[in-house]
Amino acid sequence: MQLTLWTYEGPPHVGAMRIATSMRHVHYVLHAPQGDTYADLLFTMIERQDKRPPVTYTTFQARDLGGDTANIVTRAVQDAVDRFAPKALLVGESCTAELIQDNPGSLAMGMNLGLPIIPLELPSYSKKENWGAAETFYQLVRTLLLERSKAREPRPGRDGRRPRVNLLGGTILGFRCRDDIAEVTKLLASLGVDVHVSAPLGAEPDDLRRLPDADANVCLYPEIALTTCSWLQRTFDMPTISTVPIGVGATRDFIAEVGRVLAIDVSGVLGGETLGAASLGSSQSRMPWYSRSVDATYLTGKRVFIFGDGTHVVAAARIASEELGFKVVGLGTYSREMARDVKACAEKYGVTALITDDYLDVERTVAELQVELVLGTQMERHIAKRLGVPCSVISTPIHVQDVPARYSPQMGFEGANVIFDAWVHPLMMGLEEHLLQMFREDFEFGDGASPSHLHSVAPAKPEGPASAMVSESHGPAITPVVSEPAPVSVQSPTATTVAEASGAQHETPSVAPTWSVDGEKELSKIPFFVRGKARRNTEKYAAAQGIDVITTETLYEAKAHYGR
Amino acid sequence: MSTSLPVVNEPATGGCTDAPVLRERGQREVFCGLTGIVWLHRKMQDAFFLVVGSRTCAHLLQSAAGVMIFAEPRFATAILQDRDLAGMADCNAELDRVVAELLARRPEITTLFRVGACPSEVIKLDLHTAAQRLDRENFPRVRVLSYSGSGIETTFTQGEDQCLKAMVPHLPAATDGQRRLMVVGTLADVIEDQFSRLFSQLGIGPVSYFPARRASDLPPVGPGTQLLLAQPFVGETVRALQARGATLLQAPYPLGADGTTRWLAAAAAAWDVPAEHFRRVTEPAQTRAATALQRYRGALEGKRIFFFPDSQLELPLARFLSRECGMQLVEVGTPYLDRLLTESELALLPAGTMLSEGQDVEKQLARCEAQHPDLTVCGLGLANPLEARGLRTKWSIELVFSPIQGYDQAGDLAELFVRPLDRSARLTV
Ligand code: SF4
Repeated sequence: MQLTLWTYEGPPHVGAMRIATSMRHVHYVLHAPQGDTYADLLFTMIERQDKRPPVTYTTFQARDLGGDTANIVTRAVQDAVDRFAPKALLVGESCTAELIQDNPGSLAMGMNLGLPIIPLELPSYSKKENWGAAETFYQLVRTLLLERSKAREPRPGRDGRRPRVNLLGGTILGFRCRDDIAEVTKLLASLGVDVHVSAPLGAEPDDLRRLPDADANVCLYPEIALTTCSWLQRTFDMPTISTVPIGVGATRDFIAEVGRVLAIDVSGVLGGETLGAASLGSSQSRMPWYSRSVDATYLTGKRVFIFGDGTHVVAAARIASEELGFKVVGLGTYSREMARDVKACAEKYGVTALITDDYLDVERTVAELQVELVLGTQMERHIAKRLGVPCSVISTPIHVQDVPARYSPQMGFEGANVIFDAWVHPLMMGLEEHLLQMFREDFEFGDGASPSHLHSVAPAKPEGPASAMVSESHGPAITPVVSEPAPVSVQSPTATTVAEASGAQHETPSVAPTWSVDGEKELSKIPFFVRGKARRNTEKYAAAQGIDVITTETLYEAKAHYGR
Repeated sequence: MSTSLPVVNEPATGGCTDAPVLRERGQREVFCGLTGIVWLHRKMQDAFFLVVGSRTCAHLLQSAAGVMIFAEPRFATAILQDRDLAGMADCNAELDRVVAELLARRPEITTLFRVGACPSEVIKLDLHTAAQRLDRENFPRVRVLSYSGSGIETTFTQGEDQCLKAMVPHLPAATDGQRRLMVVGTLADVIEDQFSRLFSQLGIGPVSYFPARRASDLPPVGPGTQLLLAQPFVGETVRALQARGATLLQAPYPLGADGTTRWLAAAAAAWDVPAEHFRRVTEPAQTRAATALQRYRGALEGKRIFFFPDSQLELPLARFLSRECGMQLVEVGTPYLDRLLTESELALLPAGTMLSEGQDVEKQLARCEAQHPDLTVCGLGLANPLEARGLRTKWSIELVFSPIQGYDQAGDLAELFVRPLDRSARLTV
C-alpha cells in the first residue's frame, strides 16, 4: 500500500483514454464505475476539448455485482458501436472492474462486430498513465497491422519520391504536443522530408495501417511511442530516429540523425548552424545569441533543479547546462520506465537522479539543494511557490495554463526560443539585480521588490518561504471554482518543517550560532533574493568554525569562504 | 419578486408530488462519493480522510479538487497495489502502518475517517471492523471512523451522507427530551453564522450544526431533537438520527428568499414562534434578498433551463429558479429521488415539470440538444462540449462549493446563473 497525497500520473486507463481522444474514429468502452467518469474533465477542462472524449463507461453499481455485469459490458459495447460507428474499438477496464474479472475485451471479441477490437489489459495496481498510453498505442498499431506484419513485405525503395517519416508519440494531455508536431513538421519540410503519418494525435485507424509505408519513425516522446517504434523496427525493418529535438543542440543532432537515417544531405540546413558563434545569424534559433548576449551573464551558474517525465528532464538538463549556462544541481523523474535514461543523464552532470513519485521527496530535495530555479511539472510549480523559488513548467502533469492559446512548441528552433523566454522570464534581470544590490535602501526597492517585468504582487513576507519572486500572473486552476489558498498552509506540520528547512534558520540545530545585532543589520542589507542563502552559508560557516555569535566580520568571512 | 412578503403557508400551486418520473439506468456521468472529501476536509478542520482505494481514486480527488491545490491536504489515498491484493491480512497490517504514520505526523487530527472506495469494497476489505479496533486503540486522542464513498454505492454528494451517518452512533445522547434544533448538512461557516443570528433572534435554540467546524464537536441527539436539513442529500443520516429519536422538520431547502423563509418557518413552527415575531425578525433580510434578486430576475425571467443529474441540489435549485426568478424548467434530472427529503420541494415545483432520475447520458444529451435550453446545469466533463454546441452552461460543482444558502446569498445564487448568459451576450468573437 502506498500513501499518496498527490499523484504525478493517473491510472493506466487514463493513458488509454489519451490515445483514444488523440485519434479520430476510435472509441473506448471502459468497464468502470460512475466515479471514473471524472477523467472526462481532464480533456474538456485542461485541454479545453470541445468534444467529449470518445469513451463509453459501463458505470456498473454495487447492485449489479454478482448479477450480470458481463451483460452490462456487451450492451455498452453494442450501444457504442451503433451510436459512434468507430473504425476501431478499444475495450478495457479500470481498477475496480479488473477485480471482478469480466474480461470485457474477450466479451467484445466474441460479439462479431465486424470491426477491429483491441482488448486492453492494463494492470491498474502496478502500472500508471504513461505506461497505459504506450501499451494502448502499441496494441492498437499491432492489431491494425496484423495482416501486414504476417505478410513480411520487403521494404520498398524510395523510387525517386521524397523521403517521408512518421511522427509518433504526440497525444492530448501531453506537453505542448500540438505545437511540437507542427514545428517538427516544418523542420522536416526544410530538410525535404514529408510527414507521412502523425500518430496518435490527429490520426485515424486507416492511418495506422499505412505506417509501414514511411521510411522511418521519429520517436517524439519515448514514454508513449518507444514500444511501438521498436515493434515497427523489428517487424517492418523501419529505422527509428530517436533524438528528441528539444533545445538547439538536440535539434541540430536531430537534423543530423535524419540525414544519416534517410541518407539525405542536410548540410544546407545544418550548415546555417554555426557552433560557438556569437551573432544573431548563427542559428535559426535566437537562443544561442540571446544566451551569449551580455545581459544573460547573470544566468551563469544559476542553481537549477529539474523534475518531470524522462524526455523533458533529459532535454532540459542539456539546455540548462550547455545552452543557458546554469548549473544543474539536481534532477529526477517520476517515470520509472525512463529511470535508466534519467540516471545516465544525472551522472553526466555529476548529480544523483531522484526517482520518485512522492512529491514530498521532491519538495525536500528542492529545499535542501538551495536552488535558484526549478524546472518541473505543475507539482513543482506549487513546491517552488511555497519555497519562494522561481519555476518554469517543462513537463506533464499539466494544468490549463500549460495549454496556451499561442503557438508555443518546445521542439525545434522555435521551441528553443520559447524555452529561452519561459525559463528566463521568472528570473530577476541582470542589471536590475545589481541596482537592487547597490541601492537596496531605496524605499521603493524594499524587500518586496519583484522583478519589474512581472506584474505579480510583491511578496508579503520578505524572507520567509512564501516570499516569491515567482510569476503568479497565470490563469485559473482547471476547476477555477476552487481558488488557490495562500501558498503556505500553516496547519501542516510537514509544510512547516520543510519551510523551516528551506529558510534554514536551524540547519545545525544543536550548535545554532546566534546573530549579533550588527551582523543581523549587515545581513539585512543583502538583497532578499540572496539573503536566505547568505544566512544559511554564514550559519553553516560559523557552526563549522565553532563561532557562537555571528558578527559583521563572520558574515564577510563566510562570504569569502563560499564565494557567491 | 414583489415587495410583498411570501405567505409561508400558501398551498403549492399544483406541484410535482405525484408527477411521473423518467427513470433511467444507463451510463452515468457523475462523480462518486469520494468527491465529498473535497469540502468535508475543509469544513471539519480537525479531521483527516484516508481513502483506501486505487490510483484512480487519488486522481479523482486531485482532479475534482482543482488539481493539487496546495501543500499537504487533510486527505490522502492509501493506494492498493498488486501485493496488497494477494492477501487480506497484509492489507490490514499495511493500513495500520499507514494510519500510525499519519497520526504521528498530524498531531492536530482528532478524527480519522477511513473511506472505502470501489476496489476496497469489491475485495471486501472490512474497513469498519478495522476502524472499530483502531478506534479502541486510539480513542480518546483520535476517533477512527469509516464509511464508503465508492462509486458503486454512492454518487457525488452521497459521500457526505455516508460520512455523517458514520458519525451518528457517536453523537452524545440527549436524554432530557429538551427541544433542540440540529441543522444537518455542510454549510459554509459564514452562512452558519447568519443562520445562528436569525435563530437566536427568533428564540429558537439550542442550535447545533452537523457537521460542526470541528469533527470532535459532536452535537447531542435524542427525543426532542428537531432536524432541519441544509442539504438535500443527507437521507441516510436523517434516518439514522430518526432512529435515535430525532424528528424531521419537513421544509424546502434554504435556497432563495422564499426557500429560506419556508425553511426558517418550519423551525419557527416547531418552536411556536408567533407569526408576528417571525415576520419582524425575517422581514429586513427578506427585503434585502428581494432587492438583490430583483437585479437579476430580468435576465433570467422566461429563460429555459435544463438540469443534468449531478449534485442532488437540482430540485431545490429548479424550485428557486422557477418560483423566484421566473425561469422555465425544461428537464430536472437528479441522480436519485429521495421522497423523504424532497417532499416539500416537489410540492413547490410547477405542475408538469419533467423530472428524471438516474441517467443515460447519451439519451439525455440528445434530449437536451433537441430542446436547446438557454442554460444547462451539468458536470465539468460535459460543459465545454455543450458550449461548443451552442448551449450556455453552468457547472453544478460550483453550486456545491459556493455559499449559496440563506437570504443574503439569494442574489449571489441568481447571479451564478446570470453570469453565463451575461457573458455570452458580451462576447462578439
Ligand atoms: S468510482 Fe470508485 S474507483 Fe472510481 S474514483 Fe470513485 S471510488 Fe475510486
